[in-house]
Amino acid sequence: MKRSLAGRIWPNATAAVLALGFVFPVYWMFATAFKPTRDILSENPVWFPLHATLDHFTTAVNAPNFWRLAGNSVLVTVAAVGLSLVVGLCGSFAIARMRFKGRKGILLTFMVAQMAPWEVMVISIYLIVRDADLLNSLLPLTVFYMLMVLPFTLLTLRGYVAAVPKELEESAMVDGCSRRQAFVRVVLPLLAPGLMATSLFGFITAWNEFPLVLVLNKEPGAGTLPLWLSQFQTQFGNDWGATMAAASLFALPILILFLILQRKAVGGLTSGAVKG
Amino acid sequence: MAVQLDEAAADTGPGTGPDGAPAARRGPGGRRAAPYLLLLPALLATAVFLGWPLVRNLVLSFQNLNMKELIQHLTDWRGPGNYQEVLGSEQFWRVTGRTIVFTAVNVVLIMLLGTLLGLLLARLGKTMRLVLSAALVLAWAMPSIAATTVFQWLFDSRYGVVNWVLDHLGGHGMARYDWVGTQLSTFFVITVLIVWQSLPFVALNLYAATTTIPKELYEAARMDGAGTWKVFTSVTFPFLRPFFMATTFLEVIWVFKAFPQIFAINQGGPDRLTETLPIYAFTEGVGNLHFGMGAAISVLTIAVLLVLTAYYLRLTLKQEEDAL
Repeated sequence: MKRSLAGRIWPNATAAVLALGFVFPVYWMFATAFKPTRDILSENPVWFPLHATLDHFTTAVNAPNFWRLAGNSVLVTVAAVGLSLVVGLCGSFAIARMRFKGRKGILLTFMVAQMAPWEVMVISIYLIVRDADLLNSLLPLTVFYMLMVLPFTLLTLRGYVAAVPKELEESAMVDGCSRRQAFVRVVLPLLAPGLMATSLFGFITAWNEFPLVLVLNKEPGAGTLPLWLSQFQTQFGNDWGATMAAASLFALPILILFLILQRKAVGGLTSGAVKG
Repeated sequence: MAVQLDEAAADTGPGTGPDGAPAARRGPGGRRAAPYLLLLPALLATAVFLGWPLVRNLVLSFQNLNMKELIQHLTDWRGPGNYQEVLGSEQFWRVTGRTIVFTAVNVVLIMLLGTLLGLLLARLGKTMRLVLSAALVLAWAMPSIAATTVFQWLFDSRYGVVNWVLDHLGGHGMARYDWVGTQLSTFFVITVLIVWQSLPFVALNLYAATTTIPKELYEAARMDGAGTWKVFTSVTFPFLRPFFMATTFLEVIWVFKAFPQIFAINQGGPDRLTETLPIYAFTEGVGNLHFGMGAAISVLTIAVLLVLTAYYLRLTLKQEEDAL
């Protein structure tokens, strides 16, 4: 069935306009970050950074505590995601491969936990952390971020574990592997893409987390980058160039990770959903 | 399901030889304990670091805990006083109503536009589909706080692009418009931001779901003379129904809980007029140091979320049972 010329053009034209609309804020962030200040504060927008400069990035990087907070962010994110992968993989293996009493209840627990409203629990978490005398420490952040991503990690990995054919493990064991060796040598390599895809969403959650760090780590130098970015503008007034450079620096790691892992992640989520 | 795999138990079970024959390794006790041992760290962590704050929150909501009590570590029980005060205050009901309207408007927009976008993706040629998907992924990947900062810049009153465009499109009053000056305009910016952030998830997943619809169904419908709308209502929608339900509820929960976007744009201002329930609980509890009151508000918020979540969970569990 052949469509008319107009019938072929309008979806493409709409798609082009929409694509521009979705990209524009991201583009504008980078473009502003590279533009000299006179091009930013101009009556008519300068659409392309023709006189590109790195001044704003220098300002952002030299802002108080930037490197310290960036280090905190990396540390907390990697530790939280790493821990949740280990703990989640153990649990997902049990749920995907074994039948036991209470399986459904446990599954339900993690599904509810996945929906946990952390945003409205900051009050009690603040008091708990304060009573433990751990305000401004990275430990509570790591632990709570780990738990924020754990249910999702566990439930998603379950789909990947279920997708690995049991026969592979069995044949490895026939060949003389122990149960654990079979898992480490045969199953784990096959789970690598799944682990990467799952970790992507963990990275995003932990890297982005805002309400908790806002309450727990108020001391300068104790927080993470989201806190820095949200306060950057107040500190630097209307220096939009530096603010956009700061936003670019904060967003870049996630954008890169996402572009690399996206295909696997989306595919993995779908197959995870189908496999149940 | 995996009978053989229950052997996994043997390894974690006590007193099994490292290389014994499989038959010898099957201790009945160890086999039964294995899944629980594997799940123990996850369950323990959830109980301690999610369960405990939840319980503490509930306990707090019955206490009178302000600045003085906090510093002196006093415990002053107030019974249901906090709840009486919260439920009796006009402010709480105004915020609740506002949160419901805000959530409804956002979710309707997200689902409607997301569906259209997903269907558009399905109709496009290969190149254009790739271009649009890439754009969607980029928007999706943008961290919330960074996106919020960028939107503040886009909607800046003096040098923002939005005001420039509106001004040149003929709305000359818009040249210096202050978007965070009124309740409605602030909500407008927040809504554009949240819809922009949420559409990619809905659109890409909807598109992925349409690829699973058998082509024969479309052909049959076309042969029966069905138009585009009829094909959508009789083939596409029924097929994607479970997907629609699940996505809608996920979006309801996400929008309802939205925190960084609203807080970072204008701290719930102007005049606390854009506070939704999570922001309200935060401002009352941590901001104004009425921890007991804040806890009561957050318990009520969690209760509302729980009702929403329960519906979603019932749906998912039903699908789960079908899949098993």
